[in-house]
Amino acid sequence: MTAKMAISLTVNGEEVETLVATRTTLADFLRQDLQLTGTHTGCEMGACGACLVLVDDRPVHACLMFAVQAEGAVVETVEGLTMRRAISDLQSAFHERNALQCGFCTPGMLVSAYGILAAGALPSREEIRDALSGNYCRCTGYEAIVDAIEQTARLRHEQEEQA
Amino acid sequence: MKARAFDYVRPQTVGDALRVFDDAGGDAAYIAGGQSLVPALALRLQAPAVLIDIARLEELHGISLEDGWLRIGAATRHVEILTSDLVARHAPLLAKAAPFVAHPAIRNKGTFGGSLALADPASEFPAMALALDADIEIASTEGDRRVAAEDFFLGLYETALQPGEMIRAVRVPIATASSRCAFDELSRRRGDYALVGCGVNVQLAESRVDSVRIAFLSVGSMPMRATTAESALVGHPLTRDQIRVAQDALARDLDPPGDEHVPAEMRLHLARVLLGRLLGGLDTAA
Repeated sequence: MTAKMAISLTVNGEEVETLVATRTTLADFLRQDLQLTGTHTGCEMGACGACLVLVDDRPVHACLMFAVQAEGAVVETVEGLTMRRAISDLQSAFHERNALQCGFCTPGMLVSAYGILAAGALPSREEIRDALSGNYCRCTGYEAIVDAIEQTARLRHEQEEQA
Repeated sequence: MKARAFDYVRPQTVGDALRVFDDAGGDAAYIAGGQSLVPALALRLQAPAVLIDIARLEELHGISLEDGWLRIGAATRHVEILTSDLVARHAPLLAKAAPFVAHPAIRNKGTFGGSLALADPASEFPAMALALDADIEIASTEGDRRVAAEDFFLGLYETALQPGEMIRAVRVPIATASSRCAFDELSRRRGDYALVGCGVNVQLAESRVDSVRIAFLSVGSMPMRATTAESALVGHPLTRDQIRVAQDALARDLDPPGDEHVPAEMRLHLARVLLGRLLGGLDTAA
């Protein structure tokens, strides 16, 4: 029952082949086995959104799946997004707008924001709030977070128009 | 809390999955999206010895048109319902309800069949299956069977599914040119569980209601149809007065629970408000 299973998946662009206990969540696997501690575990029941990662390019809760379910998947954490500079404009906007206080929710916010911006359209503030409805910020910094995402969306849109 | 240790199996066919469940002597659970099951495992509300992963079974995927029905594979994710052209055209009520289902990240993983199998009374899709008069295709080692949504939801998290059975697909009668539908829900904050939610599915005949199905969520232990309100509308145009009659009839259809946050009378009032808005907003032009 406690035996480990072999899994292979891609994490932040690197092939990972390892053994993992079946009951280990993807969040715990990333944090404890791979030391990718940017993915935060808050509520561990899919309510707070601090553990969001990309699985096959869609934001999902790493606490709501077991690592064995990610067999063959392409997983990207906030570290991966940072390394390939996919969110550097978002991160700058979060910094400029003071869109974080304690920072615990920030990785999840960034992954959600990545998902919103990847959709391509220019989102309204309402749409941004709606898309963030599964991300808790207990420092109550939502206004600034929406500001930062809105500003990034607008800048990316302007850059596309000029290009 | 962490889940109890379990064996994890990923079968290649629905038949194999059913047999694995059987072989486990029933001490097993199917997992597809897992968005409700994983927290239940973490809280040890459930602790099966074997977890059977059915998320990737080809047989459970796909949305297709078949003889007047829109057939939706059980492992279709909520986000696919939200973005499918087939759903938007042939089962628009599901497309209208989909944005209200949980949050984007949950919709990326949670499945349509899983939502129906769980039968949470606060969930959108079980109530919409009722409003749409959907059929549930159920697979078991004994063979397949079909159950109408009406007979599928039996109580709080209780369905017609027997141990080991699995939803294979859901069949929705397709919308026609005379179909009108609407969905909305009321909640205190965006993304919260609804205080009350409602879907209406109307067939018009010369600007009068030919038939109608009205289903509510979050008003009791399971998704509920409002049959008295439905009867009050059949044969009539959707005038303000006639809508008022249907709203008043809700008191006979619904007996919602109350608590310190939402007294029963308030929930019933909100159900009336919601039904009025939905019916009043329908385009009744032929």
